[in-house]
Amino acid sequence: MTFESLPPGLILVLGAFLLPLLRGRARGGVALLLPAIALVQVWTLPDGPALSVGFLDYRIVPVQADALSRLFATIFLVMAAGGALFALNQRTVVELSAAFVYGGSAVGVAMAGDLISVFVFWELMAVASTLVLWSAGTAQAYGASLRYVMMHLAGGVILMVGIVAHVNATGDVSFHAMRPESLGTWLILLGFLINAGAPPVSAWLPDAYPEASWSGMVFLSAFTTKTAVYVLIRGFPGAEILVFVGLFMVFYGIIYALLENDMRRILAYSIVNQVGFMVTGIGIGTEMALNGAAAHAFTHIIYKALLLMSAGSVLYMTGKRKCTDLGGLFQSMPVTTICGIIGALAISSFPWTSGFVSKSMISQAAADQHLASAWLLLTAASAGVFLHAGIKFPWFVFFQKDSGLRPADPPWNMRAAMILFAALCVGIGVFPEPFYRLLPFPVTYEPYTVPHVLEMLQLLSFSGLAFFLLLPMMKRTLTITLDTDWIYRRLGPQLVRLIGGGLVAVDRTVRKTWFLGVRNVLVVAERLHGGRGIFARTWSTGDMALVTLVLLGASLAVFYF
Amino acid sequence: MRLVEHLPALLVVVPLMAAPVCFVMRRPVAAWGISLLVSWSCLAMAVGLLALVMQGGPISYLLGGWAAPWGIEYRVDALDAFVLVIVAAIGAIVALAAKRSVEHEIPEERRYLFYAMFLLCLCGLLGMAITGDAFNLFVFLEISSLSTYVLVGLGRDRRALTAAFRYLVIGTIGATFYVIGIGLAYMMTGTLNMADLAVRLPDVAHTTTVQAALAFLVIGIGIKMAAFPLHLWLPNAYAYAPSISTAFLAGTATKVSVYVFLRVVLGMFGGTGLLKAAAVPDLLMVIALIGMFVGSAVAIWQADLKRSFAYSSVAQIGYILFGVSLLSTTGLAAGIVHLFNHALMKTAIFLALTAVFMRTGSVRIDALAGIGRRMPLTMVAFLVAGLSLIGVPLTVGFVSKWYLIQAAVEAGVWPAAVLVLLSSLLAVVYVWRVVEVAWFHKATEATMKVTEAPLTVVVPTWVLCAAVVWFGLDATGTMAVARTAASFLSQGIAP
Repeated sequence: MTFESLPPGLILVLGAFLLPLLRGRARGGVALLLPAIALVQVWTLPDGPALSVGFLDYRIVPVQADALSRLFATIFLVMAAGGALFALNQRTVVELSAAFVYGGSAVGVAMAGDLISVFVFWELMAVASTLVLWSAGTAQAYGASLRYVMMHLAGGVILMVGIVAHVNATGDVSFHAMRPESLGTWLILLGFLINAGAPPVSAWLPDAYPEASWSGMVFLSAFTTKTAVYVLIRGFPGAEILVFVGLFMVFYGIIYALLENDMRRILAYSIVNQVGFMVTGIGIGTEMALNGAAAHAFTHIIYKALLLMSAGSVLYMTGKRKCTDLGGLFQSMPVTTICGIIGALAISSFPWTSGFVSKSMISQAAADQHLASAWLLLTAASAGVFLHAGIKFPWFVFFQKDSGLRPADPPWNMRAAMILFAALCVGIGVFPEPFYRLLPFPVTYEPYTVPHVLEMLQLLSFSGLAFFLLLPMMKRTLTITLDTDWIYRRLGPQLVRLIGGGLVAVDRTVRKTWFLGVRNVLVVAERLHGGRGIFARTWSTGDMALVTLVLLGASLAVFYF
Repeated sequence: MRLVEHLPALLVVVPLMAAPVCFVMRRPVAAWGISLLVSWSCLAMAVGLLALVMQGGPISYLLGGWAAPWGIEYRVDALDAFVLVIVAAIGAIVALAAKRSVEHEIPEERRYLFYAMFLLCLCGLLGMAITGDAFNLFVFLEISSLSTYVLVGLGRDRRALTAAFRYLVIGTIGATFYVIGIGLAYMMTGTLNMADLAVRLPDVAHTTTVQAALAFLVIGIGIKMAAFPLHLWLPNAYAYAPSISTAFLAGTATKVSVYVFLRVVLGMFGGTGLLKAAAVPDLLMVIALIGMFVGSAVAIWQADLKRSFAYSSVAQIGYILFGVSLLSTTGLAAGIVHLFNHALMKTAIFLALTAVFMRTGSVRIDALAGIGRRMPLTMVAFLVAGLSLIGVPLTVGFVSKWYLIQAAVEAGVWPAAVLVLLSSLLAVVYVWRVVEVAWFHKATEATMKVTEAPLTVVVPTWVLCAAVVWFGLDATGTMAVARTAASFLSQGIAP
């Protein structure tokens, strides 16, 4: 194996073990250098398989490059570097090392040419991301990391059975487009979707991510769900079921984010929502839709990281994360505020930001395929995104009321990381052409047409208006007189609240029953297997002999009859 | 006659002769030297035999020149040779580590006994694997069992004696069942040669005598291999035996018993059609699956780590039996390859625990707080073996898991495949809790003073860990042997 064929992901994974040995500037330098080396590696690899080795009875291809894998590998590496820059002040080195293993294995998935390599990096990603979460060091993070890892390992189980069944049926380990039609492919799809945060297990994401440290969540937001998007694009383009799954995720994210008070949990729900857009695009499956999904994953990583960096900066400087405790920070944290607003505009697909040039491709693809209801729902959801992430987050954190907090902007490296990512958001939005050339299929789409820009601006201004009209309700203060405006001031919101509340209640009940069930199973399991449980106790010789005798009888009976 | 032709006999005779020498000399260091020499030459012979068999097919060796089926025949095919290599390799590795650990755990006046019994046990286990005669197998079974009782009883913990006694009673019941089963089969066929029995048994399969013989054999061997729910003797025997005995037994004794199960139940009775009659394979599969979950679940809550990993062994036997219960070539190959893989990783785990016990004087989980930084080599080795136990890719555990799942999917029992993998998640829990305590808990006053274990223990552990990774990366060799053995066995099974 020469350097040229070294999997780019491994550069990060192995390099991660160097980091604990270094201190201060040296560590920072290496942390920025590693993604750069890997990036060079990604772009110098020729198309097609670069490395092929025998494993079990198959030829596996751990490194295989094409436009799609380069696109995802690139953004993962940019993210690793930007995240590292942001996280330099983090005291524990475990988090950064784990994050590099995590990012490296995400790159590994993106460059893998066969299902076994995908699975190997997939599992490594699960373990490393758990460590990122865990290194926050709080009791809540510990509990969340346990729930998180169990969910992902269970997903890994489903994925592995699927892969074995698929390989066994076809004799082929290579990773290419499949259709969900056999047991193996269904299980693979299920395994992928669990990592994407799809229903019915979307809850793992908002449950776990907000418990990470102020820098940890920046890393977490980028890799797991987006590798899932990548493998879905590669493996299941045009699988119709994904349209429904995606639309569900879009609205699940919006409803919960609107009801949430924790600023980082709002952003976590919004990850589910944004990935929902991508999954819908993959389900539509045309070249335009797949381009849109890939492009949206790329831009989403940047602006979501930017939003979480600004939230992380607030958390780092104030130690508070609840919207109700924050507010008025724009006076003392101008850089964080501006960067947060740019991220918020990008996630709302405001024209001249990166979100605009990527998400509109998915909506356009839905329109081109005459999927009227999908198009309508996506457009409605765009307004919803603006409500919860575009306005709610910056408004409550940076403006709203004066909370009396006067924290300064964070240290230079955190500001630099935010400014860099903000510049990327605007740069891609204003000059989309070079970005479009990175996409897997040729782009004929022109985002900046007059009707389209106008439509988006209208949508955004009306939902902005709606936000401020509904603001009293969002603050849970009821001072409204009855008039004709009752229809839009009360009935509309009431309906939204009724339907949304109903969904939330059903979801909560299901989850509660589930957790109660799990707990009961655990209690019974411990009673049987723990301490002096029937399976764990020391048996007397006579009892052992009795067991033997009973089994002999049973065995005789079986063979006689 | 060239020496090579006598390899099958020498493999058993050399340790058998060396044991009394150790006993007579009574000098621990000399006895250790002899054990080391003998176990390594056994390994060389076993590897040589495996090479011969893989090239030229099965070898038949007639003891004293008496022709089979009247005389005793030593028969070595791929399966035998594979098991011989496993046993001899584990024996050789353990012999390397034995000196320091024995000095630490066994009083000086009894150390020579350990080595004598170790060699006898090695002889018995090798003999069980090599012989082609059902009664001769019983003789070696007794040699290995009796020496095992002593190996367990040598432990300093007073509970070791009770554990050894319990094992003695139950083990004797098992051996008796075995001999009853063989006796019944002999009654109907008039032969004790296994190959001959396999030919003659199908004609008399309808008789209740043969059916009873099979029932006795299944239970008898089931006890010896600690298959759930006949495993009750195992946890305490492993927990209270001297650490080094546990390391040796965990890698060899149950594995050879599984081999006997394959050889006797599948090999001899495969042609009778009794195995596929009624719900025998289904029952075996259900029992194997329950064993996986119960064994792993108990392992999670055990405070004593030796006991915890003893229960994990019960679960691992479940994996092997699961593969066997499918009665297909793939399933058998998966089970057989897991024999080898599990021997590697479990011995590595117990050797690491041996090292821990040498330094901390305890293998209770709370005694390991913060030990990861004090004994990095030992604990990283433990981690590697633990990851393999979970079935993480790039270790042998993944290879076993892959082929087990493949066999299950091939047989159309994919829910069972999911269960197999889910039970492997329980291994995540019982391995992780050790990792957490060792690396992420604060060192106590006691563990602050701990230093790394001596190299004579650490190096053998790492040799096994290297094998865990090596055969995890390139499983072509082990799978080729397992497939050869499996296809031979499955050919003999009547449809």
